[in-house]
Amino acid sequence: MPTAIPMQTTLGSPTASAIFFFFAIVSITLFITYWAAKRTKTTKEFYAAGRKISAAQNGLALAGDYMSAASFLGIAGMVALKGYDGMIYATGWLVGWPALMFLIAGPLRNLGKFTFADVVSFRLRQKPVRIASAIGGILTVLFYTIAQMVGSGNLIKLMFGIPYEWAVVIVGGVMLVYVLFGGMLATTWVQIIKACLLLFGVSVMAIIVLAKFDFNPGNLYYAVTQSSETVSGVTARVGRKALEPGGLVTSPIDAISLGLALMFGLLGLPHILQRFFTVRDAKAARISVLYATGCIGYFYCIIPIVGFGACALVGRDVIAHFDKGGNMAAPLLAEVLGGTPFLGFIAAVAFATILAVVAGLTLAGASAYSHDVYVHVIKRGKATEQEAVATAKKATVVFGICAILLGILFKGQNVAFMVGLAFAIACSANFPALLLSILWKRFTTAGAVCAILVGAFLSVGMIIVSPTVWGDVFGHKGPDGKPIGLIALKNPAIVSMTASFVAGWLVSLVTKEQRAEDLFENEKLRTYLGVGAE
Amino acid sequence: MARKVKSVHEVLESREFKHLVARRWRVSSILSILLFAIYYGYILLIGYNKKLLMREIGNSTTLGIPLGVSVIVLSWVLTVIYVFWANKSYDPEVQRLKDHLKE
Repeated sequence: MPTAIPMQTTLGSPTASAIFFFFAIVSITLFITYWAAKRTKTTKEFYAAGRKISAAQNGLALAGDYMSAASFLGIAGMVALKGYDGMIYATGWLVGWPALMFLIAGPLRNLGKFTFADVVSFRLRQKPVRIASAIGGILTVLFYTIAQMVGSGNLIKLMFGIPYEWAVVIVGGVMLVYVLFGGMLATTWVQIIKACLLLFGVSVMAIIVLAKFDFNPGNLYYAVTQSSETVSGVTARVGRKALEPGGLVTSPIDAISLGLALMFGLLGLPHILQRFFTVRDAKAARISVLYATGCIGYFYCIIPIVGFGACALVGRDVIAHFDKGGNMAAPLLAEVLGGTPFLGFIAAVAFATILAVVAGLTLAGASAYSHDVYVHVIKRGKATEQEAVATAKKATVVFGICAILLGILFKGQNVAFMVGLAFAIACSANFPALLLSILWKRFTTAGAVCAILVGAFLSVGMIIVSPTVWGDVFGHKGPDGKPIGLIALKNPAIVSMTASFVAGWLVSLVTKEQRAEDLFENEKLRTYLGVGAE
Repeated sequence: MARKVKSVHEVLESREFKHLVARRWRVSSILSILLFAIYYGYILLIGYNKKLLMREIGNSTTLGIPLGVSVIVLSWVLTVIYVFWANKSYDPEVQRLKDHLKE
């Protein structure tokens, strides 16, 4: 156990540079919100930024939505403390993007208006499908938001020394201003700024790290193996095991299931799917995925350099001293490389990252309620423009306040599984219904509702009885002291996603819906040619 | 030259349209299968042949590091291929079919 503070750092105290960058980012984004507010009057502007976002802008914003603080700080930390396993983990986060492009990007843009439920319910009966989609959508967004809020509270407390509750309230309050007044336009620009800052910050760190090792990665890896770490009181060299696969992929079936959740979960994340409605047409949607995949791929390629750099230059003991999960690896490395000003910059970037992701989630959650439930179910599609915008704003406030309260309620909980839960629901509830509705003529209303509900409840149920929650969270331990669950599978995707497809298929076969089949032919014209697309 | 105007039904039933849809999903399926092969090939290699990834290829670098990076790079290359195909082949065909619908 390290007894004395092993390194002089200003981490955890609000330094002048951190405060300067923090206020600079908040003022610029609030100024953009003021500018966007004047251009956000109608529902089309509120939910979809008037469909005037360019492909390049949307690509950066998609990347901004996806590169959360968890992936920036978390993966850097995982590489620093666990070595190569962190790299394996990073690859999984990218592979959903090509799948998103190949399978749904074009049809999604052509068929949808504001939410993915527009696509699922396109030729089916509005009421039941909208309600089911809203359940799947809101559950996904809610779990993702809780994870982000709890993570952000902890990170801001670690970096700025602000109490946890205040951190959560500040994040919730500022992002609420973006979404409420600036709608999708402000949210998009916050994402773009954050994506650029993040890519810039990480690139600078990687370049300085490589410069310290004569731009030869081999020298960096050598330094990693020569750095020391203390395990149960014994200090030893990290050694070559840092560059070899460790315990991450012990059970291939778990790895395959996690891979499925990461890959197809992306295709069911409401806040990502909503971005496709902000561009002009299917071609722009396609190009924006190319930009996003490029930015995210680049990010995951250089994040390991930051992680290995932190291991070699900061040391595992120091990183673990500040946070056992390794989340402070990147900020600590920034201080070693560029002193307090660079630490302040990276801390502010991490803060902007959190704000932007939560803003995107809030907008998606509010849209699921106001567009799908209020306009199409309660008002049966007959709400006036004013009513729709007013409800969207009310839903935004309610969702924002819920996010703050849940963030405080879950304080101190290990919420890593919540991101897993969000991806599991997204791939098991939202994605199968979305794909079947685009591809399969015989898909029916009953089939869609069953696919969504079976996927949502099965994935939630299986995660509750999995070793991650049943063992780690509820404290059920096996005879060897390891957490155990009622089932061995850590990630349910392989079972729950399959079950959702089977449920949607079987139920559709026994419930014939002539109207949906007739509409399918006309839908094709819109799906593939974009005729009549919004 | 007067272009023949087709009804929605005629376009939907036309061989060109059916070909377009079939080709779109064939390209998507092939690229998706390649993506699966690349990613799960890598994961299964880690699961069943750790030794290979541990092999040292030069100064301290293990084979696993370039393999991990190439999974990311190849995934991106697949998206480039798709965009290239869609811009060069899919979009012009879509435009041609849409022109048939116009009066």
